[in-house]
Amino acid sequence: MEIGPYLMLASLEGAVTAAVLALTAVGLSLVFGVMRVVNVAHGEFFMLGAVLAWWVTSLIGGHPALGFAVALLSVPVLVGLLAAAADMTVLKRVSHDPERTIVATIGILYILQQVTLMTYGPDARPVVPPFNARLALPWVEFVGGRPQLYWPWGLSTTSYKLAVIGAATLVLIGVWLGMTRTRAGLLMRATQMDRDMALAFGIPVERVYALVFGLGAGLAAMAAVLIVPIQQAHYLMGGDPLLLSFIVVIIGGLGSLPGTVVAAILIGLSDGIISVFFSPTLAKILATLLVALVLVFRPQGLFGERRT
Amino acid sequence: MSEGLKSALVHGGLLVVLFGLQFVLPAYHHGNLARIMVLASYAIGFNVLFGYTGLLSLGHALFFAAGMYGMGLSVEHLGAAPAPALLAGVVAGLLVSGVIGVLALRTSGVAFMIVTLMFAQAGYLTVLYAGAYTRGDEGFVVQQAQRVMMGVDLSDPSHRYFAGFTLFAICLIATLWLVRSPFGKVLIAIRENEDRATMLGYDVFARKLAAVMISGTISAMAGAVYGLLFGYVGASFASVQYSIFPLLWVLLGGAGTIVGPFIGTLFMFYLIDLSSQVTTAYMLIAGIVLVALTLFAPQGLAGMLRKRIWRGLP
Repeated sequence: MEIGPYLMLASLEGAVTAAVLALTAVGLSLVFGVMRVVNVAHGEFFMLGAVLAWWVTSLIGGHPALGFAVALLSVPVLVGLLAAAADMTVLKRVSHDPERTIVATIGILYILQQVTLMTYGPDARPVVPPFNARLALPWVEFVGGRPQLYWPWGLSTTSYKLAVIGAATLVLIGVWLGMTRTRAGLLMRATQMDRDMALAFGIPVERVYALVFGLGAGLAAMAAVLIVPIQQAHYLMGGDPLLLSFIVVIIGGLGSLPGTVVAAILIGLSDGIISVFFSPTLAKILATLLVALVLVFRPQGLFGERRT
Repeated sequence: MSEGLKSALVHGGLLVVLFGLQFVLPAYHHGNLARIMVLASYAIGFNVLFGYTGLLSLGHALFFAAGMYGMGLSVEHLGAAPAPALLAGVVAGLLVSGVIGVLALRTSGVAFMIVTLMFAQAGYLTVLYAGAYTRGDEGFVVQQAQRVMMGVDLSDPSHRYFAGFTLFAICLIATLWLVRSPFGKVLIAIRENEDRATMLGYDVFARKLAAVMISGTISAMAGAVYGLLFGYVGASFASVQYSIFPLLWVLLGGAGTIVGPFIGTLFMFYLIDLSSQVTTAYMLIAGIVLVALTLFAPQGLAGMLRKRIWRGLP
């Protein structure tokens, strides 16, 4: 295969990564933006989403699409409720102090991961995609100076992968509308701008925090349900999404939603393309170093505005 | 009794007990205690930065691994003897902590935690990437013949115990002296109120950098000794888990106390040892202890001693 179709394949795979990453990272960014705390257990909520999706689909049986639909609707809610409960029992009691919250969420990370290991076990298990038609893609070729379509061997994607991209886009638009157009979004933005002033105006800040923490975890779980038919569920799968979401949130500017989405697309696409041509480990080394250096020299992120 | 005498009695007493224990402990616990003392030295190094300077690093595994690989690689590839290899490990730790310190100290608070975490992650991935030299995840064994230091075979259990004890005693006494020195008092002042320390005319950045380098070098020393005594160098020692462990030990034992890191390491080691006989998910215990500590006892065990019994515990 020549380079063109190869690149197209890599960017299609990258677009799927980017879509899922954007959902996960927006969840992390929302929590950081509104609550000013870093949720280190975010990757474990992602993992929990995938594992629960396997559990729900294997429980329901019947046509794969039925189980998957139930999982897609119920799992993010379940994970969100669990996260909100963790916020109310643990994080609220350390008054959302940034440093103690990090230590507490590291604890929550290990608890979720190890309980999953004890109950679900160390195996990676697949979820059958609800639909999975293979779509061959055309490429343009010049024969005698005239463009001509042809179907190179191996250049294809599946309808499910395209659906993942579509679904993630819809959810992101939903989050954006929710933040800008609804009353709950208004309360969240008020809390984000000035916690004390919001409290003075009678906004139940503690409840907003629990809601945001649940919403953030729910978005991660949603991303996991979408990706699990492609990736399989495993109890250690939370590490990579956590790292990548960190990278995305920091590059995009801590707490800025549009920046997060742009950065997710950038990182997802380049991750797909770099991994095709270079070693994935090298790509990860460069990405982590880039993030550390961005935080050191440009703490507001590449797209964020400088905050005082 | 004067405060100084009391402190000498407490810490000297601990060292005497540890020295004496090697003659009475059964083989299994004898080996465990040797390991605990080396790991406690790592925790002491972490505590200099976290407990006394108030900087929480989530990437100390990088320094531990720098010491371990500085030692291990020079033995493996340069055929170095243990003494210069240990020195290579310590120098590697000093250099790495210097570079990381200069970069990471430009940030503070949560950003400092994430930056150190990211650098440590990059270090871990580099160890994997350079698999041709480091043998990646699998790691490599430091052969028994390569572990004879000045005629002393460090793979022998009683020598190993004594070497671990020596390292621990040096770290304990050095940090005890450090935190009582004027320099240590400035570090505590920075922890309590950085702005005020700046206003009093101290060069806060230089002091914090020195604290990072002291902390990193002690951690590297512990890493180098660990690799030498137990004969194995592997990538898992550079992973996130080994950055979380010292935090756990220090929080459990009591941040900002000299005996805290040892108490915490001792407790946690046996807690994990006992629970891993029951389940493979032994890190669950670590998670529960972390959450419980942040909720109920942020000052740790030695912190409680300080609150209830002796306010002057250094």
